[in-house]
Amino acid sequence: MPQTTFFPMNTVDPFADMRRMQSAMNRLFDGARSPGQTGSYPPVNFWASEDSIVMTSELPGLTEQDIDLTVQDTMLSIRVTYPAAETGDDLVWHRRERADGSYLRTIELPFRVDSDHIDARFENGVLAVEMQRPENDKPKHITIKTT
Amino acid sequence: MAQELTTQETRDVAEANGDANRRAMAFTPAVDIFERDDTTVIMADMPGVAPGDVDVTLERQVLTLRGKVTPYAPEGYRALSSEYRVGDYIRVFTLSDEIDQANINAAFKNGVLRLELPRSPETKPKKISVKAA
Repeated sequence: MPQTTFFPMNTVDPFADMRRMQSAMNRLFDGARSPGQTGSYPPVNFWASEDSIVMTSELPGLTEQDIDLTVQDTMLSIRVTYPAAETGDDLVWHRRERADGSYLRTIELPFRVDSDHIDARFENGVLAVEMQRPENDKPKHITIKTT
Repeated sequence: MAQELTTQETRDVAEANGDANRRAMAFTPAVDIFERDDTTVIMADMPGVAPGDVDVTLERQVLTLRGKVTPYAPEGYRALSSEYRVGDYIRVFTLSDEIDQANINAAFKNGVLRLELPRSPETKPKKISVKAA
């Protein structure tokens, strides 16, 4: 198995180990009920290019203030707090499917990130966090000398 | 008061927006429905949809919510891992005839569609006079 930082999609999921660790971490921190799978909310997708890795997550109904993104070494933490749903004695609920409460998820990235080179955007309820691969981590071309 | 027309599966291969060429996975957006002061509020989660790509249609008593998503697929990137899938949204409701259709309010912000459906005042029973023939 080649020792590259990123594996192509058709071999081992690079984040499989990470997910196991996440479930353990989230069991520690998660207080609120989470829709769908427990301990892995919010769900994230990862995209990679030559120079950077992007994490996307769907967080409808939130604003930038409700999302707390922190990065330290290889750990990326995202805490989201949904605004309290409308309450009142005169309120009658017919259906409740949307997320509510506060969630914390910590992801271990396969490399250390430079917090100065992180670009996070939030548009139409989708968060996209772009993190630059560190210089010494990028694949280097090795010239083979012929003798 | 608002009844689902059919039980929506999360995964429906549907023709979004009637465009036969667009065959994408259509998802059912999560909704919160509550009622206060004679107004029913429906909030539907449709992240990834731009405000101009939301479609709310009311035909007779059938309310259809549609959202067209521009998937996040930047140039030069490949997908590494995927915990959620992306697709268009569609959900259909049947409204009761007590809803004042002319005064429905719709607003879309941060990927959430909020619909306010006011109840119209009770229509009094109409008395029909009978002519002696």
